[in-house]
Amino acid sequence: MRRLSWFNTVSLTLGFAFLYIPMVILIIYSFNESKLVTVWAGFSTKWYGELLQDEAFLSAAWVTLKVAVMSSTIATVLGTMAAYVMVRSGRFLGRTLFSGMIYAPLVMPEVITGLSLLLLFIGIGLDRGVFTIVLAHTTFAMCYVSVVVSSRLVTFDKSLEEAALDLGCTPAEAFRLVTLPIIAPAVISGWLLAFTLSLDDLVIASFTSGPSATTLPIKIFSAVRLGVSPEINALSTVMIGIVAIGVITASLVTKTQKVRQQRDEQEAARAQ
Amino acid sequence: MRRFLLIAIPYAWLLALFLVPFVIVLKISLSDTALAIPPYTPTLDFAGGWAGLKSFFADLDLENFVWLTQDDLYWKAYLSSLTIALISTVLTLMVGYPIAYGMARAPEEWRATLMMLIILPFWTSFLIRVYSWIGILSQEGFLNQFLLWTGLISEPLIILNTKIAVYIGIVYTYLPFMILPIYAALDRLDESLIEAAEDLGCSRLSAFWLVTVPLSKNGIVAGCFLVFIPALGEFVIPSLLGGSGTLMIGKVLWEEFFSNRDWPVASAVAIVLLLILVVPIMLFQRNQQKQAEAEQ
Repeated sequence: MRRLSWFNTVSLTLGFAFLYIPMVILIIYSFNESKLVTVWAGFSTKWYGELLQDEAFLSAAWVTLKVAVMSSTIATVLGTMAAYVMVRSGRFLGRTLFSGMIYAPLVMPEVITGLSLLLLFIGIGLDRGVFTIVLAHTTFAMCYVSVVVSSRLVTFDKSLEEAALDLGCTPAEAFRLVTLPIIAPAVISGWLLAFTLSLDDLVIASFTSGPSATTLPIKIFSAVRLGVSPEINALSTVMIGIVAIGVITASLVTKTQKVRQQRDEQEAARAQ
Repeated sequence: MRRFLLIAIPYAWLLALFLVPFVIVLKISLSDTALAIPPYTPTLDFAGGWAGLKSFFADLDLENFVWLTQDDLYWKAYLSSLTIALISTVLTLMVGYPIAYGMARAPEEWRATLMMLIILPFWTSFLIRVYSWIGILSQEGFLNQFLLWTGLISEPLIILNTKIAVYIGIVYTYLPFMILPIYAALDRLDESLIEAAEDLGCSRLSAFWLVTVPLSKNGIVAGCFLVFIPALGEFVIPSLLGGSGTLMIGKVLWEEFFSNRDWPVASAVAIVLLLILVVPIMLFQRNQQKQAEAEQ
């Protein structure tokens, strides 16, 4: 076993303190009685109550959720298709352009993606609202999904698919019965990534949304510009809580899966 | 037929929603500002036929790009974005490397938990993480309260709405992007190489500089680009933490578009920003390729 020097211990402690203290402060002060956010005036959950009664926030949350579910689902389908094409289709006309268009949005500054999509929507006379945000989010999220899925497809043993085809599967059946179950974890993490990216996005949504559709980040941003407010702290706490539960569950699931896999392998080895 | 559809659907989607919008930005950056809807001329008029097309191209010019060089606002904003991105990348490396190093040396059974703790902020809303610093850095914020209480300072420090707040914001939000590739490189590092260096008379410190750091170079380079590239076009951090005094090009583009409604200039700003980004992106790609080849 490696040992941690005092330097390692100090840097890990300070590093994680730096990462977590701001969020901890945010969570603690969301339970503050006072409207003044930097002065502690006793425990209270009243800001959560106010949050639940704030129509504007609730409707923004609903719009955000709708956009995230729709865009991440379409992005997962398109991104998986794109990954499959990139890894399996060999050469075809315009392949370089295709791979360029998949990688470029990953490094494109959000302000430029937002601006260019807005100019397109205005150019073709599309009314801006939920639909245009979904189009915009799908476009950049599908690129992330395709990167995640193709990294799994690259390591995937092609002969399994070929065996299925030899045994009489149609290509569609081979994909559904063999390929999809194997790449499923990557597809799911691609969907989760697309979903979070969409929930989180402020810049592209600001460009592509109209007055009829305000997402939660747009709402938070305009509130935050006026300074810190306990209501935003309460909302942040709720969001951090949801993410924390999600991430911890996911890592526990992968851990138990790993343990089970190891046990299965050991048993298989013993049986031989 | 099925193969054709499989390629055609994502291809068509990206063409329509990535390439075409980009061409529109390029076209508008070459147009003139006008008091009309849409606020630029010329607009492409297909009814005019070939002649219309010809006069459309004749009307395009580089005026907006010339304008960018003449008004100091723009080149100052580009320059200040570059310096802010560069300084914060170096700071993130200085903060991130010791953390990644500590993680790589931590006992096996802690690693999954440490990894989860690094990834958790990454899934949390970017906006909220930036926002959390407003309450800490403001004049009556927690940092000032704490420093006044310890007696280290007698007057509250002004940090919020300065460049320092922007550096803190970038380091904080992009730290996982720096730590993860460096950790990946350090994790693969063969421990016996360091032992060999120590056996051959290196002190622990010189073994670190001569063996560990060079062998984690690919991780360092990847981490730096992953911080530098998005930091350059950053909008949220300078607008929430930087105040009106901090110029960054993402913010200038936003204001040009939403406040001044000058679409041609906003488009030209975007095109120049992309041209600046091409160099680091190419270098990043080359680094990734080299790394992939080295692994094979």
